[in-house]
Amino acid sequence: MLDTIGASTLEDLYAHLPEDVRFHGALNIPAGKSEYEIVDYFRVRGLENANSHANFLGAGVYHHYRPVLVDTVVSRGEFLTSYTPYQAEISQGTLTAIFEFQTMICQLTGMDVANASMYDGSTAVPEAAMMAMRITGRDGIAVARTVHPEYREVLGTYTRHQSTSVTEFEYDPGTGQVDLESLEQVLNETTAAVIIQSPNFFGVVEDAKQIAEMAHAKGALLVYVFTEAVSLGLLEPPRDADIVAGELQSFAIAPSYGGPFAGILACKEKYVRQLPGRLVGETKDANGNRAFCLTLATREQHIRREKATSNICTNQALIALMATVFMALYGKQGLRELAEQNLAKAHYLGERLWRRFNGPYFNEFVAATGVQSPDEINRRLLGFQIVGGLPLDRFYPELRNSVLLCCTEMASRADMDAVAEAFGA
Amino acid sequence: MIKKVRPHPTQNESLLFETSSPGKIGYQLPELDVPPVDARDALGAQNVRQEIRDFPEVSEVDVIRHFTRLSTWNYAIDLGLYPLGSCTMKYNPRVNEAVARTEGLMWIHPYQPDALSQGAFVILAELERALAEITGMDAVTLQPAAGAHGELTGILLVRAYLEAQGNPRKKVMVPDSAHGTNPASVRMAGYEVVNVASNDRGMLDAQALARMVDEDVAAIMITNPNTLGVFEEHITEVARILHSKGALVYMDGANMNALAGISRPGDYGVDLMHLNLHKTFSTPHGGGGPGSGPVAVKKPLEPFLPLPRLQHASSGWSWNYDRPQSIGRVRAFYGNFGVLVRALAYIMAHGGDGLKRATLDALLNANYLRKLLEPHYEIAYPAPSMHECVFRHASTGAIAKRLIDYGFHPYTVSFPLIVHGAMMIEPTETESKQELDLFADALVSIAQEAKENPELVSTAPHSTRTTKVDEVAAARKPILKWSR
Amino acid sequence: MDPENLRYTKEHEWVRVEGDVGIIGITSHAQSELGDIVYVDLPKAGTVIQQGKTIGSVESVKAVSDIYTPVSGEVVEVNGLLTESPETLNKDPYGTGWLVKIKLSEPGEAAKLLTAAEYQAFVGTESS
Repeated sequence: MLDTIGASTLEDLYAHLPEDVRFHGALNIPAGKSEYEIVDYFRVRGLENANSHANFLGAGVYHHYRPVLVDTVVSRGEFLTSYTPYQAEISQGTLTAIFEFQTMICQLTGMDVANASMYDGSTAVPEAAMMAMRITGRDGIAVARTVHPEYREVLGTYTRHQSTSVTEFEYDPGTGQVDLESLEQVLNETTAAVIIQSPNFFGVVEDAKQIAEMAHAKGALLVYVFTEAVSLGLLEPPRDADIVAGELQSFAIAPSYGGPFAGILACKEKYVRQLPGRLVGETKDANGNRAFCLTLATREQHIRREKATSNICTNQALIALMATVFMALYGKQGLRELAEQNLAKAHYLGERLWRRFNGPYFNEFVAATGVQSPDEINRRLLGFQIVGGLPLDRFYPELRNSVLLCCTEMASRADMDAVAEAFGA
Repeated sequence: MIKKVRPHPTQNESLLFETSSPGKIGYQLPELDVPPVDARDALGAQNVRQEIRDFPEVSEVDVIRHFTRLSTWNYAIDLGLYPLGSCTMKYNPRVNEAVARTEGLMWIHPYQPDALSQGAFVILAELERALAEITGMDAVTLQPAAGAHGELTGILLVRAYLEAQGNPRKKVMVPDSAHGTNPASVRMAGYEVVNVASNDRGMLDAQALARMVDEDVAAIMITNPNTLGVFEEHITEVARILHSKGALVYMDGANMNALAGISRPGDYGVDLMHLNLHKTFSTPHGGGGPGSGPVAVKKPLEPFLPLPRLQHASSGWSWNYDRPQSIGRVRAFYGNFGVLVRALAYIMAHGGDGLKRATLDALLNANYLRKLLEPHYEIAYPAPSMHECVFRHASTGAIAKRLIDYGFHPYTVSFPLIVHGAMMIEPTETESKQELDLFADALVSIAQEAKENPELVSTAPHSTRTTKVDEVAAARKPILKWSR
Repeated sequence: MDPENLRYTKEHEWVRVEGDVGIIGITSHAQSELGDIVYVDLPKAGTVIQQGKTIGSVESVKAVSDIYTPVSGEVVEVNGLLTESPETLNKDPYGTGWLVKIKLSEPGEAAKLLTAAEYQAFVGTESS
C-alpha cells in the first residue's frame, strides 16, 4: 500500500506536518491489554461499587426492571453500528423505529409532535425554554423550585449569558405542590414560559391544567417536565401543555451512574418548526411504498448553521430504541399495570412514614426523619444492604431531616419493612 | 461488475400499531406483595388517565420479529465500509459492550454515597488522565453528552475565562468549512459568528486572519485537520495571532483520528478542545447516538470547568462541588458514563503505542484510497490528506446512491459546503486492503457508468428494499407520527 | 425568460409595480437553484419593511434562502396559496408564485433596480 502511495514508511504520511506540531515522544498510557485483562479490570471496578443493594433512590434516576429483549434488539449490529439515517434507502430500520418512537411519545404525553430524542431530560429543559422564547418573542422564564434541582442548574448555565431572565417560584409547604400565589407574582407579559415538573422533585403530582390556564392568560407557554416516565402509564397526560420535556431513563435505560439517557421534546402541532432535534417523517418511495426519512431538516444546524433552532446533532438513537422496545413489550396494558405496582409499593411505605407533604404522590415521597438525622438512618440501612433515600437539605436547605424515597416495582415488601423500621415507624 | 452481495428482504412490514391486537401482551409482572392501591383515591380522579389510546398491544414474538426485520434494512459497520468523512466509522469492539454491561457499572445510581461508587470514580479519573495525555492538555471534563454539547461547553468556558478578566467580548471566528454545529454552538453561547474564508489551498489564511482579529474577538473555533482532511499548516501562527490579541483557540476535535499519538494540540497553542468519543474512541454510533463530547483544557481554564470535579483524599474519591468559578452544570449528573466506559476500554486495548499505530493506519488507508481514486475523480485541494480525502464531482449525490448498489454506504455528500459537489471519504484504520480495493473498484466503475450510462447512476439505488424516498413530500406535508 | 416589465435585485428577487403597490417574488433562477420548495416563511400583513432587509425565507429540503425585500413599505397582502402549495413557487415564480404585496413608501426605489437584461448579465457572471 505504501508503494501505491509512493511513501517508504508510515511516518512519511505526516512528514508534511510542521516540526513544531509533531509529538515525538510516546504517549504515557500503559501498553495495550488483552481482552481478558480489560474485562477483568472492569469486573473489579464493578465490584468496587455497591450494586447488589436494594435501592430507594429516585430523584431523576429510577431503578426499574429491564426486559431481556431490550438488549437482544439493540445488540444487533445493524442497530448498534449504524450511523445517523441520512441515507434513507439503507436506514429504514432506524427510521421506522424512530417513527414508532415519536408516535408513542405523542400517545403518552398528549402532544401532537415529538422529536427523535434529546441528550437527556436535563438538557431538554433549556431547549424547551429557548423554544418558548423563540415562539413568544419574550425572554422571561418562570420555573418552579420543585423542578429537579440539577435540571434548573442546567437551565441557568444555558441562559445566564443571554438576555433571558429566569425566576423561580415557590412550593406550598403543606401539599408540596406549586404555590399558585407565588407563581402569580412572577408571571407577567414578559414571561415566555412557565416550567413545572410532575410528579415534581418531591414526588407530588401537580395540577397542570390550572397552571396552564394561568400561564396562557398571560400569553405564556406551559412547559411540562417529567423525570419518571412510568408515571405517564397512570397519570392524565398534560394535554394543556404547549411543550413537554422529559426523561425516558425509566424505560429500560440502565441507571449507569447518570448516563447515557434519552430526553424527549414534544409539542403542539403549531410549534413544530421551532422544535429542535431530528424528526422522522412518513413519505413514499419511487414505487409508491411507504417509507420514512429525516425531514424538516432546515431547522437544524447542518443547514441553518448559526440560525438553527439548536446546535444539537446527536439524538440518542440507540437509547431511544431501548425505550421503544420497552414500550412495545409493556404496551397499553403493561405500562398501566407497571405504574399501578409502583403506586402500590410507594404507598405501602409512604403511608407508614411521617411524610412532609400531603399532596398526591406517585412512586416518590418525602419522609421526615424525626429526631434521627438522614445520615444516621441511611447508615443503619446500609448495614442491611439497603441504599436509603436522598437527604434533601443538599438541594433544599429549608428541608432539614427530610429524605426523598422512591419505591418502584423492584422494591420488596421485606426491604420496605426494613426502611420503615429504620425510620422508627 | 458488482462483487459484494447484501441481504435486503423486501417483506412488507407493518408498524407496531398496525399489528396490535387488544389484549395482546409482551410482559409479565410479578404478583404484588403489598396491597393494591386505588389510583383514583390516591391521586384524585382528575389525575388518572383512562387509557393510553392506540398504544401498541403486541406479544414478545411480535416485537422480536418486527425489530429483527427492521434491523435488516440498515447498513452498518458490521456489514461493511462506511466511508463517511469526519464521522470516523471504525469498528465498534464488542468487548466494550460487554464491559459496559458489568452489573456493578450498569446499576449504580448517581446519587448513591460516594463511598459506594469508588470503582466508577477510578474509571472516570483514568479516562480524564488518558484524554489529557492524548490531547496535551491539563484538565478534562467528561460531562458533555455529545460533540456539539462539548462545543457549547467550550465556548461557555471561553466566555467565563474572558469575563473573569473583565470583558467577555462579542465574536467568535468560524471557518467556512466548519461543521454546522460550530456556528450554531457559538450562537447558543451568545456570541456573534464571524465567518473566515478558506484560502485556495483549503486552509486558513494566517495573514487574512491577522487582519480580521480585533479586541472584540473572543476566540477562533478551528477543526484540525479541517473538514477537507488537511492539516492546518499555519496553526501555530494562527494561535499566536489570536493569543496576541488576548483571544483563545478552540479546536473541534472531530478529526482527532488523524492526530492521536503523533500530534497533541495542547502542545502548540490550542487552549481547549472537545473530543468525540463516538468517533476517535470507537463508541458505537447506534443509529445516531449516544455519543460523548469531553472537553480538554489548559490550566488557565481549569477553574471554570463544569462542576462537580473529581477529588481524591486518603478516604478515597468523591465529588467536589466547591468550584466558585465553574460555569455550572451542562447536564444533570456526571456524563454519559456508559459511553465513557467503552472509550476507556478502547484506550486500554490499544495502549499508547496502539493509539499511534491506529492513527498511522488511518492515514495509510485514506492516502491509499486517494491514490487509487485520483486518476478518476478530481481532488478538491492538492494539499496532502491526512485521515480523509475530499474529491469533487458534479453528480456526487447520484454517485453516492449508486455506491449502495455496490454494497457500500455513501461517503459524505456535499459537505464541506465550500467544495461544490463534495465527496468526503474517511475509511478509518479498521478497514483492510481488500475492503478498500473493493471500494475503490466500485467508485472507479461508477465513474465509468456516469459517462456511459448516466441514467443508471442518476436513478440509483436499484437494489434496496426502498427506492429513492420523496423527501419533498415529507417536508411539504410532514407526517410525524402514525394515526389511525 | 425573465419578464421585461419587472425589476430585479442581485439577491434574485423581482418586483412589479402597479400604482403605489409593489408585488414581489423570487426569480426563476432562484427557484431553480433551491430545488423543490417545501416551505415559505412570509411576514404578516401590516409589517413595515425596509429595502434590502430580510423579510422571510424560502426552504427546499436541503437549503434555506432568506428573502430580501427589493422595496420599502408596508405588507398589505400575503400569498396564502404558498402555505398550501409551496410548489407554486417552482412552477410559476413570476405569476401565481408571488410572495407579498407591498404599499410602497418610496415609489422611486423600484426604477433604480436591475432591468431584465442587467439581471441576466449578472446571473451569467455569477455562475462563471
